Order: sequence, then structure tokens, then C-alpha cells
Amino acid sequence: MIAAQGIPLVAFLAVAAVLFCIGLFAALRRANAIMVLMGIELMLNAVNINLVAFSRYSAPADAARGQAFALFVLAVAAAEAAVGLALVIIVSRRRNTIEVDKIDTLRG
Amino acid sequence: MLAWAPLVPALPLAAYVLHLIFGRRAGERTALFGIVALALSTLLSLAILVQVAHGAAIDRSVPWLRIGGLQVRMGFAVGPLEAVMLAMVSFISCFIEVYSMGYMHGDRRYNRFFSNVTLFVAAMLTAVIANNLLLFFAAWEVMGLCSYLLIGHWFEDPANCRAATKAFMVTRIGDVGLLLGIWWAFSLTHTFSFAALPGALGAMHLPAATLDAIALLIFLGAVGKSAQVPLQIWLPDAMAGPTPISALIHAATMVAAGVFLVARTYGIFLLAPAALHWVGIVGGISAFIPATIACVQTDIKKVLAYSTISQLGYMMLAMGVGAFEAGIFHLLTHAFFKALLFLAAGSVIHAAGTQNMHEMGGLWRKLRTTGATFVVGTLALAAIPPFSGFWSKDAILRAAWASPDRALYWLGTIAAGLTAYYMTRAVVLTFFGRPRDAHVQEHAHESPAVMLVPLVVLSVPAALLGWVVDRPLRQLLTPHAPAAAAAGVYGFLPLLLSLAGVAVGLALYLGPLARREALLRSPLVRPVYGLCKRLWFFDDLGAVVMYAVGLGPSYVIGAFDRYVVDGVVNGIGWLAMAFGRLWRKLSTGNVQAYMLTMVVALAIGLVALQAMGG
Repeated sequence: MIAAQGIPLVAFLAVAAVLFCIGLFAALRRANAIMVLMGIELMLNAVNINLVAFSRYSAPADAARGQAFALFVLAVAAAEAAVGLALVIIVSRRRNTIEVDKIDTLRG
Repeated sequence: MLAWAPLVPALPLAAYVLHLIFGRRAGERTALFGIVALALSTLLSLAILVQVAHGAAIDRSVPWLRIGGLQVRMGFAVGPLEAVMLAMVSFISCFIEVYSMGYMHGDRRYNRFFSNVTLFVAAMLTAVIANNLLLFFAAWEVMGLCSYLLIGHWFEDPANCRAATKAFMVTRIGDVGLLLGIWWAFSLTHTFSFAALPGALGAMHLPAATLDAIALLIFLGAVGKSAQVPLQIWLPDAMAGPTPISALIHAATMVAAGVFLVARTYGIFLLAPAALHWVGIVGGISAFIPATIACVQTDIKKVLAYSTISQLGYMMLAMGVGAFEAGIFHLLTHAFFKALLFLAAGSVIHAAGTQNMHEMGGLWRKLRTTGATFVVGTLALAAIPPFSGFWSKDAILRAAWASPDRALYWLGTIAAGLTAYYMTRAVVLTFFGRPRDAHVQEHAHESPAVMLVPLVVLSVPAALLGWVVDRPLRQLLTPHAPAAAAAGVYGFLPLLLSLAGVAVGLALYLGPLARREALLRSPLVRPVYGLCKRLWFFDDLGAVVMYAVGLGPSYVIGAFDRYVVDGVVNGIGWLAMAFGRLWRKLSTGNVQAYMLTMVVALAIGLVALQAMGG
């Protein structure tokens, strides 16, 4: 296994894991819908770090497949943020709140 | 021309479709569909009759169903019997429809009436030309349906609905028997064909009991449809329908179908002499008992209804003593004079606004044409020569005298006297004597021409048919039969009794009322009168049987259905709902809770996967 600038792969994975957990916590626990969206973005970026790190450490350097995948995720994340924010705006107009634990029309 | 025979039922059937499509828009002109179709059918069937009289016959069929190695064929056949029936049915129904134009004028469901009548006639004609029991049975069932619809035509009155249901249910008992008979015969011989069945059954050397059972099951169908004792109880109630329907059902179609069925399957009955004897016994009893009941009826239509059962009894009696052609002869003459009587009675009811003969009286002055035609019908029914009924009844009773069971002759002969008596009574009560109800008398007026023309037309065959067709019909139906044995003085006894019946009727009913009432109070007459008034307890018996056999078990089955079947169904439903109530608690509507569940489940899954893999 080759070390890039002396930093081991496990360090990248650790950062990514921490980032993912922060994102997950935000998505699961924050009341504000915008915070939830941001948590999701964090989780996506944690995934991106993993993708890039694995690509850099395991594949031949010229095959930037992980990087390409990460770019793809970024694009989808942008689209998701656009749609998500639009939904949040509509919900706030209709219901006068964006607190996700108050939006429970589907309660059985 | 014979190959065109299927057109005879097809034309009214097409008219029925036209009724359905254009009936509402056509207003009262809708009647013309059926009348034109039936007029064409009549012409066609008369042409067929002429050809058949010259010896032609046809029996054509095509493969219809193939079940395994079994082939069922469907087709039509026209021989002498069928040709005569076709001509009679289409002719009479055509005039009944013409008459109905006047009788039903202004009715709320004019088109419905005419479309049902037309379908009814189409079904009857189909039954006549069918060459197999399967098609016959289908047409037979359509007739049952139409009679139900037509008897209940004025369904606003619940009594009419009950009468319609009663007719349907009672004839159904017979239909079940017929169906069982058909399937039994089919399972033995693998054919439904009228022509092939007797031969095939005869060639199998079956035990006599099997043949008797098959014949009796088929006869049960005829008993239901032709209103023979003990299934006669539906027919008097069927008078709830409009009077032209009574004429149609009791003359040309429904009740004739039962007798026709026996005639058509006569080959099977000839294989089963014991069953044939029972046909005669049922016929004899059905000729006698309703004749006694007709003597005490006050409703003019009920008198005719009971007389119909009685006359059908004569036809069955003729079948039972082997005088097949005499039975058909009587079917033919009866169809004409009974249609005439019913239509004339309808004209009287139309004029008087009541059916109770005790409220009529003296209508002769107002209703000359109706009265004259009614008297012609009465003379025919009472078997007074030279009117048509005399010839056919005479042929039947001569044959009965020549048969081994002379009791049948006596039943028929006594019934002949009763027939003459009750018809004379009806004529006198309706048309002669002093008017008993001023309001009825004032209200009475002769019917329009559209009703009178059919009466006059039908009164010609009712008067002359017997004398004209007696010999040719016998030639046509049974060319090789020996001449009937001379019955000596007993041949004249029915005629004597008929004349006596007329005389007694005139003596009793032209005389003062007090004499009749004194007679009713005499100890000899009273119990008999009560018995007849109570319809010989047949309706009570029917009710008891209905409760014991029909309603009793149906209560048990109903309880089983309500508590066991429904209990299981509802229980399953209740369980599903309880389960649902439990599960809905999990559905909080909070997205973050769902997500948490997902993440936890995913984590557990991953750990489990690791544990298993590692």
C-alpha cells in the first residue's frame, strides 16, 4: 500500500466517518428542515471523501474513476439541494413552519 | 319453403330487438313491429303447413358443441305436429297482439308489454321447431321468464308481483324435473334429438323402472307448464296479468307447451306404459277437479282459468289413453276458442270495469258483438255440436272409453257436464238477467273495432274448426291408425251431459236468486260448495308444502349462513382491522423517525452480515 505524502488511508476514512456521523445526526435530530438538508449534504460529502481516497490508494493513479464518481455525486447533490429547498419553501408557505416534527399529515 | 322454417320464430325475435331499440321513440306505433312480424310468421307457417300436408318434412341440424368424443347437434325439425302448432301459435298470437293494441291503449309500459309478448311468442315458436330437447328447454325457460314478466306487468300492486312469483316458482318445480329427465336420457343415449331419443332408449333394453322414471320426470315439466294437478295452483293467480296475456298464456303458448312436450316425446312415453298411464290419470283428475272449482267462481277470468286447467287435463288424458292425435286436436280447438273467450272476457272487463260476474248482468244489450262471440266460445267449450270443442272432446272420450282404464272416461264425461254448466252460468250471469249494478251498466260501452275484429276473426275457427279439420288432422298426424272403436250409447253420454249442464245452468241462473240460495243452504250441497270454494284445499296444501319443504330448510340454511359463514367472513375482517389498528401506531408521520428506523435497521443488517460472513 502506497502512502500519499505520508498520510495513511485510515486517516481519510476516519475523517469521512466523523463527517458522516455529524451529517446523520443533523438529518435525524435537527428540527429545522434546512438543517436536515444540510446534514444530507454532509453525508454525501463524506461519501465523496471515501470515493476519492479509495480511488487514490487502490487503483492505478491514471484511472480517476473514484474522482469521476465524486463529481457525479456533487452534481446530483446540487440538483437534490435545489429540489429540496424548493420543497421547503412550499411547505413553509402552506403550513407556516419548516419544523419536520410538526409536519406529520401522514400519521396513522 | 320448409328450409325457411326457422324464420317463423326468427321474425318475432327480430321484432323483439326492434322493440328494444326503437320502442320508446315509436310511442304506441311500437305494436306494429310485433304485429307485422307475426303476420309474416303466420303466412309463412301456413305455407309450411300446406307443404307438410302434401307429405313434406324436414329435420336439419349442425354440430354445435364438442365435449371430448361427444358431439351435440343443434337444429330444427318440421313435421305434421310442428307445422300445425306453428300455424296455430303464430295465427292466434298475431290477433292477440292486434287486440292488445286496443286493450293496452294508454298503458304506462306499452312498449314493455309488446316486447315481452313478442319474445314470448318467439320462444314458443322456437320450442315448437326445435329438433332437440336442449334448444326446446332453452325456449321453454324463456317462456317461463316472459310469463313472469307479463303476469307481473302491473307490478305496482304487490298482489300481481306475488302472482308472478308464484307462477314462476311453481312451474320451476316442473322445470327441475324436466331438466333431470333430459340429462338422464342424455347420459344414457348421448343425444338430445327428439327423433333419435326413443329409438336409442328402446335399443338399450333398460329396466322398465328407469324408462318410467325418465318419462315421468319429463312429464313433471309438462305438469308444471300445463298447470296439471297438483301444480295447477299458479294458473288461476296468473289472471293478475293483463287479459290478452291470459289469452296468450292459456291458449296459444305456455300451457300448450306442456302438452306439446308430451306429444313431442311421445315415443319415450310409448316405451314406458306405466308412466303413460299416469299421464292419463293426472289428466283425468285435472279435468275433473278444476271443473268443479270453476262452478263456484265469481270472477269471470277465474272461471276461464279453471276451465283451462280442466281442458288441458282432457289433452293429457288423451295422451294417456294413447289417443295422441285427439289430444293435439283438442289442443288446437281449445287454443282458438279459449283465446276467443279470454279476449271476449277482456272486452267485457274493459267495458264493465269489474271482473266480478255478480256485478254484471244484462250486458247483452250494451255489448252485442262481444256477447255473441263469447257465446260462440262458450258453445265450443261446452262441446255443443257443431262447435269445435265437441269434435275434439268427443274424440278424446271415445278413445278413453276404448282404453283399459274406464275410470278416465267417467272423469272426463262428468267434467264435460260440469263444463257446460259453469260456462252457461258465466254467460247468464254476465250477459243476461237483470242488471245488478247500475254503475257498471251505465259505464258499459262496446269496445273499439281493433278489439272486436280479432274477436270476430277468432270466433270463425272456434265455431267451425272442429268439423273442418277433424278428419284431415287425424290423417296428417296418424295416417295408419285404425278407426276408433264404436262406443255405443257411451259415445253419446258426454253430449247428453253437456246438454244437461246447459239446461241446469239456464234453469238455475235465469230463475230467481232466492232459489239458488235455498239450494246452497241444503245439507247436500253445502259441504261440496265449501270444498270447491276452498279450491279442494290445493292452495292450502301448496302453502304447507312450501313451508315444510321450502321455507323450513331455508330458515336453517339462512341461520347457518348468517352465523357460521358470515361469522367466519366477519371474523377475518375484524382480525384484519385489529391488526391494522395495531400497526398504524407505528406510522407516526414523522419523517425523522422513519429515517432513524431505516438507519438502525441498516446498521443491524450490516452487523449481522459481518457476523455471518466472518
